[in-house]
Amino acid sequence: MARIDLVDLAHSYSGNAAPAESFALKPVTMTWRQGGAYALLGPSGCGKTTLLNLISGIVTPSRGKILFDGVDITPLSTQRRNIAQVFQFPVIYDTMTVGQNLAFPLKNRGVPKAEIDARVAEIADLLDLTPYLSRKATRLTADAKQKISLGRGLVRSDVAAVLFDEPLTVIDPELKWQLRSKLKALHRALDLTMIYVTHDQTEALTFADTVVVMHDGRVVQSGTPAELFDRPAHTFVGYFIGSPGMNIVPAEVRGREARIDGHTIMLNRNYDGLPKAAKIEIGVRPEFVNVAPPGSGLLAANIERIDDLGRIRFARVRVGDVKFAARVPAGFSVPDNQAGLVFDPSHVHVYADSLLVEGT
Amino acid sequence: MDKTVNQKAWFLVLPVFLVVAFSAILPLMTVVNYSMQDTFGNNQFFWNGVGWFKELLDPSTDLGGRFFASLWRNLFFSAVILAIEVPLGIVVALSMPRQGWSVAACLVILALPLLIPWNVVGTIWQIFGRPDIGLLGYVLNNLGINYNYVSNEFDAWATVIVMDVWHWTSLVALLCYAGLKSIPDAYYQAAQIDGASRWAVFTAIQLPKMHRVLLIAVLLRFMDSFMIYTEPFVVTGGGPGNSTTFISIELVKIALGQFDLGKAAALSLVYNLIIIIVCWVFYTVMTNAGAERRPNQGVA
Repeated sequence: MARIDLVDLAHSYSGNAAPAESFALKPVTMTWRQGGAYALLGPSGCGKTTLLNLISGIVTPSRGKILFDGVDITPLSTQRRNIAQVFQFPVIYDTMTVGQNLAFPLKNRGVPKAEIDARVAEIADLLDLTPYLSRKATRLTADAKQKISLGRGLVRSDVAAVLFDEPLTVIDPELKWQLRSKLKALHRALDLTMIYVTHDQTEALTFADTVVVMHDGRVVQSGTPAELFDRPAHTFVGYFIGSPGMNIVPAEVRGREARIDGHTIMLNRNYDGLPKAAKIEIGVRPEFVNVAPPGSGLLAANIERIDDLGRIRFARVRVGDVKFAARVPAGFSVPDNQAGLVFDPSHVHVYADSLLVEGT
Repeated sequence: MDKTVNQKAWFLVLPVFLVVAFSAILPLMTVVNYSMQDTFGNNQFFWNGVGWFKELLDPSTDLGGRFFASLWRNLFFSAVILAIEVPLGIVVALSMPRQGWSVAACLVILALPLLIPWNVVGTIWQIFGRPDIGLLGYVLNNLGINYNYVSNEFDAWATVIVMDVWHWTSLVALLCYAGLKSIPDAYYQAAQIDGASRWAVFTAIQLPKMHRVLLIAVLLRFMDSFMIYTEPFVVTGGGPGNSTTFISIELVKIALGQFDLGKAAALSLVYNLIIIIVCWVFYTVMTNAGAERRPNQGVA
């Protein structure tokens, strides 16, 4: 149980002297509160597993500090950090029964036998493993094995945080839901800090109350799922989260107007004083762009195809040589694939060099 | 899909059948034939039934006595070298580096003894151990240790065992190293998180994960040491007396030394049978262990 502070934490696998741009994790400073559920989300190679391994102590950082409840634990070994980690592939001790697997971390720490038995029984009950306690762990299915890995972390009553490294990779889809809701329930019941690494946005958004989006070794945004959806701080967050992702279009922005393809879109705020040399783009989620019959005052677009996602339809359109996704209102149809686009000004964001600009 | 019935396909098997027949079945049948007969030279043979086998399996006869003596000697030898080479091989594998240029260097050094032909290994140790010109023998004797593998039974055994350990521990080590390398890093990381000691990591992760390669190593080393001929023959010639005469050496003495083809054939067959039975036992143990380890769908 701990609050985790990362202070100017950075890591390079080729040592501290490596050029800053090559760092696997660029300097990051943030605080994770005790009892929070956090997800580190990003594509492969974005540094999320590096960050997780830094926290667990498997990797020692090139720079910066990690504090658990204000205490600097950077030089401590994994053993002494009191963290639990669930890996991508289930790690179980082949020769042991489920019960012995769960007791292993306690036995190693010299906990009295009676206490071990009580604790193992409690955790097995929590994870629905009680019927299998005396079975060989190797003979169980992947999801049961992942539960054992998790259980080995939870048996220790003093555990500071539970780390998950893409733990559902090898689990069957229908069991993923079960295991994920089990994790949520455990999080509520045990008041543990949980950190969950994944590249799957659904997993991240359903598991965590705070999602930390990483890109190219940097934390590009940290916020609730709603914040990530409504106000992406970086164009990467815009198109990585959401399906389909955010439309990012180069535009000329002056004051309260943005010009795309010779057409003017009104903005909700004033964007005077944008940096001159910066690459200016506007970003708008497909959910806030509607397809309408072509008309004057609307941005003219060519509909290339319409994707029917069941409860919602998205049109893939083309404006000049820019591709766009837009919502198709119920009952809408155009015979000649010509359409106009209607923007919701309150959800049109302006980005300078990929970073969100707050208007005035 | 309908399969066409075409008995002509059997002809495709014919070449293999002929090769196997001439290379394995016919020679084996010749041995079976000899084992049932006696000869007094001149290419004259007399039917002897199972006489040789009766004699072979009765320790009170000369043949049976020699057979059992060499069998126990050979089993003892196999047990000793297994007891040394398997733990030693595991220790060597555990202490090998995991990455960097030193991995390649270690692998090459370990592989070297395996590449040396048997009789060369024998010759190396035969000279190495000589008290007059061999480095080992000369040094030991000058240190005041009376070492002579030609006249002393214990010295002869020690030389043959050390030679085998020198020659074959690498094989066990390489197999174990392969087994160790196949353990994902996550296991070590999990063990670290679980606070496991070095010994607990060995017993809970490394040893169980090496279980299969160890079975293969034990099987290979048992078979090889049970069939050992060249190295002890070159070093000690089976002596002093008969103290290092293993089964294959005894067999050659009977077959080529005394030209007792019937006795040698009977011994060969029994020898062969022992090896096949041991192989079968190992194979059964290994496959059963595999079945036990296969995960089933026991948990929903």
